[in-house]
Amino acid sequence: MTSLSALMQRDIRIALRVGGGALIGVLFFLTVVVLMPFAVGPDLALLARLGPAILWLGGLLASLLTLDRLFTADHEDGSLDLILMSRTPLELACAAKALAHWLAAGLPLVIATPVLGLLLNLDMTATAAVALTLLVGTPALTFTGMIGAALAVTLHRGGLLLAVLVLPLSIPILIFGVAASQAAISGPSSFGAPFSILCALSLVSFVIGPFAAAASLRHGLD
Amino acid sequence: MTLTELANPTRFLALTARLLPWLAALTALVLATGLAQSALAPDDYQQGATVKIMFIHVPNAWLSMFVWTVMSIASLGTLVWRHPLADVAAKAAAPLGAAFTFLALVTGSLWGRPMWGTYWEWDARLTSVLILFLMYLGLIALWRAVEDPSRAARAAAVLTLVGALNLPIIKFSVDWWNTLHQPASVLRLGGSTLDRAFLIPLLVMAAGFTLLFVTLHLAAMRNEILRRRVRSLQMMQARAFASDVSPGTRGAPTQVGAV
Repeated sequence: MTSLSALMQRDIRIALRVGGGALIGVLFFLTVVVLMPFAVGPDLALLARLGPAILWLGGLLASLLTLDRLFTADHEDGSLDLILMSRTPLELACAAKALAHWLAAGLPLVIATPVLGLLLNLDMTATAAVALTLLVGTPALTFTGMIGAALAVTLHRGGLLLAVLVLPLSIPILIFGVAASQAAISGPSSFGAPFSILCALSLVSFVIGPFAAAASLRHGLD
Repeated sequence: MTLTELANPTRFLALTARLLPWLAALTALVLATGLAQSALAPDDYQQGATVKIMFIHVPNAWLSMFVWTVMSIASLGTLVWRHPLADVAAKAAAPLGAAFTFLALVTGSLWGRPMWGTYWEWDARLTSVLILFLMYLGLIALWRAVEDPSRAARAAAVLTLVGALNLPIIKFSVDWWNTLHQPASVLRLGGSTLDRAFLIPLLVMAAGFTLLFVTLHLAAMRNEILRRRVRSLQMMQARAFASDVSPGTRGAPTQVGAV
């Protein structure tokens, strides 16, 4: 347990320091949201209607952007080999790394959401709904994305390949995240049903993600 | 003959060399029968002659999912049993699966034009098949991103299995998304019972397309094995060449030219 918390603390500390680059995700999120009005026009009513979708898409892309860092830096300086050889089960180590990554790169996106909601003319309930769904959904994005990050690091190919592999897998999360937000704002259907499915997807990804990532690292890095 | 005996690529090549002509002939026979039967099938009272697209479309759609199942089993073979032919099978199946999925999309779109009045409808089934197609393409991209086949094989196996777990979730969520966005129902055959006049040609066509897949898959596996042999021969040659030009004889241009 102490080794896992040490690993988490180390990862968070590295991510927040100079060169860590975790907060670049938030900057990217902000930029994507700012670009949207230029594409669809400054109509506030339209922006309010598209708001949840824009925020979710921005969050998805921003969390994808930072995924590359999950294993690459550790692979380059050799600490990933130490993690592989340590007595801690690799699945738990992967889970700890993903959790640390989410705390450093995913949680800031959720915190930034209310500010960006103002820019998109979202009211209080809408902003709260989007922030809540992102709070539940971004861990799922990180944990499923971790599989792609593990594959990419074993193949020494990151970037576009990772995006192409991970994006189709994140479609269900996007669907239920946006559905729950829309339901809270306007929809005839209830907020509860899509939101609980979103929670379920997150829980499933907590199980599948670490196992698949650990399998990929174990088979790929020998 | 058990699966472990087939693990020997030479034995596999010998067996498939004998098997493939018969299999190809059988495929041609079944497909010809199926095509003739579907050409002779009556027109639908509602859809007219366009219903005949179904005889091509449905087998392709069925194979698009069947091929992923085959790849998942092969991936288990790669990761769990380290069967030497499993990754060959998985690699050879991916482009075939993508092709069948693409044909299912195209025929579905051509069928949609007269039926729904549009080539593309964000219908739940079409959308989930499109996502399946994207996943096939991602998998092929993964195979092609790495030179070393065994390294690529294990990565692709993990991705295939994750995809197999995810496909039902994607299917379910797209269904949910579709009912949420488009309450208006579209005309479709699914669920309704098919008349025997349509069912029998459809089953024959499905069998024919499955045989086609098996034939093409075995042929593609043979090609892949041969390709890997060529690759290892080339590497052996390069290694022999490198040891030839080792310190003593280095810098002799005549020798380089001779090889």
